[in-house]
Amino acid sequence: MKARIIVTPKKAVLDPQGKSVQNALEHMGYQGIGEVHVGKYLEIELAGADKESWRRKIDEACHRILSNPVIEDYKFEIE
Amino acid sequence: MNFAVLQFPASNCDQDALHVLKNVLGQSARFVWHKENSLTDIDAVVIPGGFSYGDYLRTGAIARFSPIMEAVRAFAANGGPVLGICNGFQILCEAGLLAGALIRNRSLQFRCEHVFIKTGNPNSPFTNRSPPGKILRVPIAHGEGCYFADEPTLERLKSNGQILWQYSDASGQLTESSNPNGSLWNIAGICNEAGNVAGLMPHPERASEDILGSADGRLIFESLIFWLEHKMAGAA
Repeated sequence: MKARIIVTPKKAVLDPQGKSVQNALEHMGYQGIGEVHVGKYLEIELAGADKESWRRKIDEACHRILSNPVIEDYKFEIE
Repeated sequence: MNFAVLQFPASNCDQDALHVLKNVLGQSARFVWHKENSLTDIDAVVIPGGFSYGDYLRTGAIARFSPIMEAVRAFAANGGPVLGICNGFQILCEAGLLAGALIRNRSLQFRCEHVFIKTGNPNSPFTNRSPPGKILRVPIAHGEGCYFADEPTLERLKSNGQILWQYSDASGQLTESSNPNGSLWNIAGICNEAGNVAGLMPHPERASEDILGSADGRLIFESLIFWLEHKMAGAA
């Protein structure tokens, strides 16, 4: 199994990287570009098949280290 | 006083901090490796700058799980003073010993220059020797020094006098152009509610001798030493 985790900056937090990418896309001529947010993608290989147990552990790990709840949100899937 | 200067893999301001404490200020100071788990006979802890663990994941995120950080947590809970400089500030925020977080500079640029900081609260263990109204000239060198906290946290910092230093111009005005990284409220450094744990992005250890262009950083270390001496005299 694998956990696929996406960490993104919270909406209220300044995201200069997102803004910079947004500007670049607009300068390149892409029409209709809205706000861009740059985050992180983590892929973690998991042993065994106990999806529910991993769901709890990954959620805890996301909260404790993989994201910083002060500035980031996360979501993940396990499959 | 006995100072501990913590060393993590890729700390790189540890030597400077130890030099200032020992050779400039005549204190007893030693390095404490991050794998150690006690702070025996230590009066104050300095967490120096650098790029601990390569700043992987987030700045300070991995260092906070080092064994020594449990000892730092206990030391701080017991009222022991802890000063985090630059990466040390980031580690203290990640560890939850200080509120808020430090994110990428608004400019996206690594900023390496001298800045001015104004003391917000002159009564803390880290600021008590700064003459009233004195604006400190100290260097910064960071890519992720933009201080962020949510609104209720910021209000608490303000009302409790926890904002110790703010970026200002040479005359002490808190202007947008004197804010090098986009920090909320021009925040350069804060302390915890109890006042014994502080962090700042500027490097006082790089500005503690005249030959380096500014000795204003000494005031921060001298404040801490004065506070410790006072505390110990009171306990004796």
